[in-house]
Amino acid sequence: MDRRKSIKALIMGTVSTSVLLEACKDSNTKIAVKPEAVNTAGLNYDRTPEELADYKKLMTDKFFTDDELATISILADIIIPKDEVSGNASEAAVPAFIEFIVKDMPYHQTPMRGGLRWLDLQCMKRYDKGFKDCSQQQQIEMVDLIAYPEKAKGKPELTQGVVFFNKMRDLTVTGFYTTQMGVKDLGYLGNTPNQWNGVPDDVLKQYKVAYTEKELKECVSFT
Amino acid sequence: MGQLNIKKQPKQYDVVIVGSGAGGGMASYVLSKAGLKVCLIEAGPMYDPAKNVTQLKGPWESPRRGASTKFRPFGDFDACYHGWEIEGEPYTHAPGTQWDWWRARMLGGRTNHWGRISLRFGPKDFKRRSIDGLGDDWPIGYEDVKPFYDKVDKMIGVFGTNEGLENDPDGFFLPPPKPRLHEILIKNGATKAGVKVIPARLSILTKPLPDNKDRKGCFFCSQCSRGCQVYADFSSSSVLVKPAIATGNTDVIANAMAREVLTNKEGLATGVSYINKDDLQEYQVQGKVVILAASACESSRLMLNSKSQRHPNGISNSSNVVGKYLHDSTGAGMGGYIPGLFGRKRYNEDGVGGMHVYSPWWLDNKKLDFPRGYHIEYGGGMGMPGYGIGMGTEKMNGKYAVNGKKKEAGGYGASLKEDIRYFYGAGVGMAGRGEAMALESNYCEIDPGVVDKYGIPVLRFNVKYSSYEINQAKHMKETFREIMHEMGAVITWGDDATAENDYGLETPGKIIHEAGTARMGNDPKKSALNKWSQAHDCKNLFVVDGAQFVSQADKNITWTILALSMRASEYIIDELKKNNI
Repeated sequence: MDRRKSIKALIMGTVSTSVLLEACKDSNTKIAVKPEAVNTAGLNYDRTPEELADYKKLMTDKFFTDDELATISILADIIIPKDEVSGNASEAAVPAFIEFIVKDMPYHQTPMRGGLRWLDLQCMKRYDKGFKDCSQQQQIEMVDLIAYPEKAKGKPELTQGVVFFNKMRDLTVTGFYTTQMGVKDLGYLGNTPNQWNGVPDDVLKQYKVAYTEKELKECVSFT
Repeated sequence: MGQLNIKKQPKQYDVVIVGSGAGGGMASYVLSKAGLKVCLIEAGPMYDPAKNVTQLKGPWESPRRGASTKFRPFGDFDACYHGWEIEGEPYTHAPGTQWDWWRARMLGGRTNHWGRISLRFGPKDFKRRSIDGLGDDWPIGYEDVKPFYDKVDKMIGVFGTNEGLENDPDGFFLPPPKPRLHEILIKNGATKAGVKVIPARLSILTKPLPDNKDRKGCFFCSQCSRGCQVYADFSSSSVLVKPAIATGNTDVIANAMAREVLTNKEGLATGVSYINKDDLQEYQVQGKVVILAASACESSRLMLNSKSQRHPNGISNSSNVVGKYLHDSTGAGMGGYIPGLFGRKRYNEDGVGGMHVYSPWWLDNKKLDFPRGYHIEYGGGMGMPGYGIGMGTEKMNGKYAVNGKKKEAGGYGASLKEDIRYFYGAGVGMAGRGEAMALESNYCEIDPGVVDKYGIPVLRFNVKYSSYEINQAKHMKETFREIMHEMGAVITWGDDATAENDYGLETPGKIIHEAGTARMGNDPKKSALNKWSQAHDCKNLFVVDGAQFVSQADKNITWTILALSMRASEYIIDELKKNNI
C-alpha cells in the first residue's frame, strides 16, 4: 500500500489492522492478525457499553468558550510551534485535545479557566487588551514572564501565572507528542509487529556494554 | 419490579464453576477435556482479545491518549474491564484500615490485567513456619505441586532460564528475550549493589508452542496488557476457556453474578444461584460439584453469604477462618532518569509486554528485621508515548544541559521541542513485590448493613500492615537507592520514604494479589479446605483461586493458582470416578 494512502486511511480509521500490518511489514515476518470488530461512536478500539455512553456524553458537552479556545490555540502554538522536524500544536489538533481532556479530567477545569482569565486580566493591565487581541510581541512578552519558573521566583504578582503556564505547557506537550505527528517527531519506532533481536551492535558499542555469552546462548534470536 | 421468580436451569451439570480467571479457567479446561459437563459462571461479559481489540493502536486513537479512567484504571487501552470501583457494587472498611479491592468483570477475569509474571513457589515457600516460626506451613510441599508446575509450563508456555536457585525452581522454559539497553545498565548497577539479576519469567510465547495451533508466537509489541490478538501471551479467556468451550462440554453463562452456593439437607453443595445482570432475573444452576474461583475475596464473600442450617456460619466455615488471613503482596517503587541515555539513538525496543530481567529474592531473612523476602521488577526505556509524556519538563530542562547547552527551566517553542526529544527514553523505574505475613487479624467479613445493587451483602475489610511489611518496604527503598546510584541514575520519584509514610509501602490490596481467605490445612479447626482444595465441611465444594493459599511467597501467585487448580481438577475427576463425591 502507498504510504501516504495508508496513513490517510489510518487517520480516517477506515482500514483494518491486518491491512496495515501488511503495509508496514518491514521484515520477512508474517503475522496474520484478524481484523477487529467495528466499533461505534467513531472509536476504533474495544469499548464497553458504559465507556461508549460516557464518551458520547463527553462529546456532547462543551466546556471552553470560543474565546477561551482561541486563547488556548495561540498559547499552544507558542509552546509547540512548527520547526524543521514537525508542525505546530494546531496542526495536530491539540486545542481539541485540551477541550476533551478537561471534560474527561474535571480537576483541570478550574485551573485552566481561572488561569486563562488571570492571563487576560494581566494583559488588560499591561496592554489594555485581552491576551488574544494583543500583538504577537506583547503576547510573547507576557508569556516570557510566566514561562520560566526559576526567573519568576520572588515575584508574587506572577506565581499564579507560572502555575497556569506549567499546566498549559503540560497539556500542550502531552497532547502534541501523542498524535501521529508528535510520535513521529519523537522517533518512537514501535507499535508494530517485529522480532526483538536485542540492542543494535552500534548502540552496545556506544554505551560500552555487551551481552554475556550466557545471554547470547540462552536468549531467543532471529535471523 | 414484577413478580420475582427463580428460574432453574434445566441442564444438570457435573461441575459448576464460579469465575473464569486463572483458577476457574484451568478447572473448566481440565474437567471439560476429561469429558465432564461444566457450567462456568462469569460476572462480566464475554471477551476475546482477537475481537475486543485495543492492541496495536496508536495513542492518538484514544481521545484521552491512553490515560486511565474509572472504567480502566491502568489506562484506556488496558484489556481489563473495571478495577477499583464498580458502580452499584460497593465494599467497606473497618475504621482506620485500608484495602483497595480490584475486581475484573469479564471472561478471563484478572488474567486480563496481570503482568504475565509466572513464578513457581520454591520449597521453602510451602514451609515457612518450620523455617522462621511464623505463620503456618502448607499441608503440601513443593514436591506435591512440582508435577503440575511442569505441566502448566509446557501447556501454557513461559520464558525464562534454569538458574539452579534453591527457592526459585527451574522449569520448562522458552528462551527469554535479550535485555533492553536500560536493562543491561540495571543489571550492571544492581550487580555492583550485590543484587542478582536474571532473565524474567513471563508467560509469553517467544517461540510458538510445538503442539498448539491456536496460538502464535510473540510479535514483540510490548502490549500484553492490552490482550493479544494472536494469543501469544497467557490469559485465561483465550488459552483455557476458549478450548474448554471448543470441547462442547463447557457452557459459559456471562454477566451472571453469583449469589449463593446452594446446599441440600445433608449440607452438600447442589449448585449455585445467580442474578443475570442483563434481565435482572434470579437463576439456579445445578451440579454434582461446585468450584469457587471468583478471586480470594469474592469466593470467601460467596461462602460467608451461603448460610444454611448445616452451614450456619457460611458454607464450610465451622473453623471460622473464611475471610481471615487475607493478604496481598507488598509493594514499593522508585524511579528516575539515566542521564547517560539522554539524546539516545532511536530503534524499536518494545520487546515483550513487560520486563526482560528481574531480581529474585537474594538475601537471608535471618539477618534482617523482617521475616520474608521480595523480588524486584524493572521498567524504563523508549516506550509508546501516552498521556503524561513531556509533563513536568520544567523540572528537567533547567537541570541538565540539552545537547550541550545549559537552559533556563521551563520555556516554550522550538527549544522546548528539542528538550522533549532529548529526554525521551531515558526513564527507569523499579518496584519491589514482597511476601506479607498472613495474619488472622487481617480479614474481610460481611458488612451487616450494606448490600450491592443486586441485594448481595458486601464485604467489609479490616487489614493493617505490621512492622514486618513496613521494615521490608524500608529495605526495598534502601536497595533501590543503591541500584539507582550504582547505575548512574537520578531519582525523581519514590525517594520520599519515611517512618511517617510507612516507607512508601503501598496500601494493602493495591498490588492485586489477594490471597488466604479460605486457606487449606490438615486441621479442620484451623482451615477451610484440605490439601486437595476441597472444603473440610462439604466434600463436593472446592476453592481453586488465591483463597486457598496459606501464604503467598515473594512470587506472583498466578502460576501457583494454575498448578493447584489443575491438581484439584484431576483429584475431582478421580473422586467422581470412585463415586466419592
